[in-house]
Amino acid sequence: MTSSTDAVVTIEGLSKSFRTGVTALQEIALDIRAGEFVSLIGPSGCGKSTLLRVIGDLVEPTSGTVVVNGKSAHQARLDHDYGIVFQDAVLYDWRTVARNVALPLEMLGWDRARRHARVAEMLELVELTGFESSRPWQLSGGMQQRVSIARALSFDPALLLMDEPFGALDEMTRERLNMELLRIWEKAGSTVVFVTHSIAEAVFLSTRVVVMSARPGRIAGVVEIDLQQPRTADTREDGRFFELITAVREMLAAGHGDDPVRRPPVAEEQV
Amino acid sequence: MIIRRRLRDWLPVLAVFAIGLGLWQGLTTAFHVQAFLLPKPTDIATSFWDNKGALWHAGVYTLKEAAGGFAIGSGLGVVAALFLARFRRVGAAIMPFAIAANAVPIIAFSPITNNWFGLLNPISKMSIAAVLCFFPTMVNTLRGLTSVHPSSIELMRSYAGGELSVFRRVRIPSALPFMFTGLKVAAVLSMIGAIVGEYFGGPTNALGVSILNDSQLFDFPRAWAGIALASAFGIALYGTVALVEHATTSWHPSARRVSSE
Repeated sequence: MTSSTDAVVTIEGLSKSFRTGVTALQEIALDIRAGEFVSLIGPSGCGKSTLLRVIGDLVEPTSGTVVVNGKSAHQARLDHDYGIVFQDAVLYDWRTVARNVALPLEMLGWDRARRHARVAEMLELVELTGFESSRPWQLSGGMQQRVSIARALSFDPALLLMDEPFGALDEMTRERLNMELLRIWEKAGSTVVFVTHSIAEAVFLSTRVVVMSARPGRIAGVVEIDLQQPRTADTREDGRFFELITAVREMLAAGHGDDPVRRPPVAEEQV
Repeated sequence: MIIRRRLRDWLPVLAVFAIGLGLWQGLTTAFHVQAFLLPKPTDIATSFWDNKGALWHAGVYTLKEAAGGFAIGSGLGVVAALFLARFRRVGAAIMPFAIAANAVPIIAFSPITNNWFGLLNPISKMSIAAVLCFFPTMVNTLRGLTSVHPSSIELMRSYAGGELSVFRRVRIPSALPFMFTGLKVAAVLSMIGAIVGEYFGGPTNALGVSILNDSQLFDFPRAWAGIALASAFGIALYGTVALVEHATTSWHPSARRVSSE
């Protein structure tokens, strides 16, 4: 793949080996265009979380380049181009909900009035108006994750990086938050990179699904998701939805052809 | 409403206290227990009342030593923890010695510090209390500063937050509950350090010296009155730390009881 003019992220020849000798990522090439919703899916140990962290300059690549908005990933991080949502909400207990959402704004040096207005706006976006002065631990897991999304979007980052954000939630909450995330994505017009274990979630949310294979982590293929926008509850009943799920599943199976039992497990998280 | 609930919460505690005192009084009376073994609570109370001026004076003197030692030792403990958390390599090199030093019976140094600073100088007792306070505060605070969830740090880094930001916004606030655990241990130890330090000699208006002299003069009710006062001051120190803890870490999930009802 070559970089196009509207690419937000351009990844070329990216490899990552950990000091343990494990090759987490090998020769990754990927372009992500503005406004895209790209999911990274693959078996445990395929390096999808590592890839997300390399894009976000939280992990150094061993070789290869990551260009974000025409800059190095490092410069992009210093320029506050990333909003990150982790699997657990990572809210600070010593801050109220409102002050958690305001955290990146404080670090950007916004004044109080501007922070206050934006926090109100963001909490309205994730439908948590009225919970400003609650403590994170007083909220349910789904609500906490919505606070985390509000925080990640509060400063209009160029790129929203989400690492299995709904992985720890029950299926019903997860489906509801999927709908909500799409609504927010359409409204905010952000570019999203989304790591998930769930094929259905990846197909439902994305404009493109990047299928990865494990040991070493490689891109097995990319599935364009041509489902109609905006996605609705009916999308999940659509025949095309099931065809695309099958396509992703087959690609996962093909990329997973070798016997994983013979290989040592990969330490994916090393931060 | 809240006061009534507090009363109800405290009622069982007060009842146990009253029953304990009652049993003590009843059994010592019924079995004619000699005062040198265990004086009656009423005798202790009477002795306290008769000597309240001198005992109170001695208690405050010793409390000042304990509080001074607590402030110095815990303050240095927090500073050391911040330093060791910031410079992990240095920390890794020093920690084994710190742990070994912690296993040393610090009280054993009391005669030495008495020689160093002078028997009548409160610094000789403060230094013992300070060394006792240093380790629990340092170890607990350091644990708090370093046992932060990696994602919390990654989050700060994604906002281009430097080491200072990480300390100010993540490590220090999340270390506060740990620090207070150490401070509460230290508060109790500071009183022990001051009193035991005084057993090795000190001015006659010190509580430890007073307890020692009373027991040597067979005035056991007065010795027990001194011990009771020392306990009360120890509890007061602990309570003060707990109050400050409550005021500064009310956000902590362990405080949820207060707001969830």
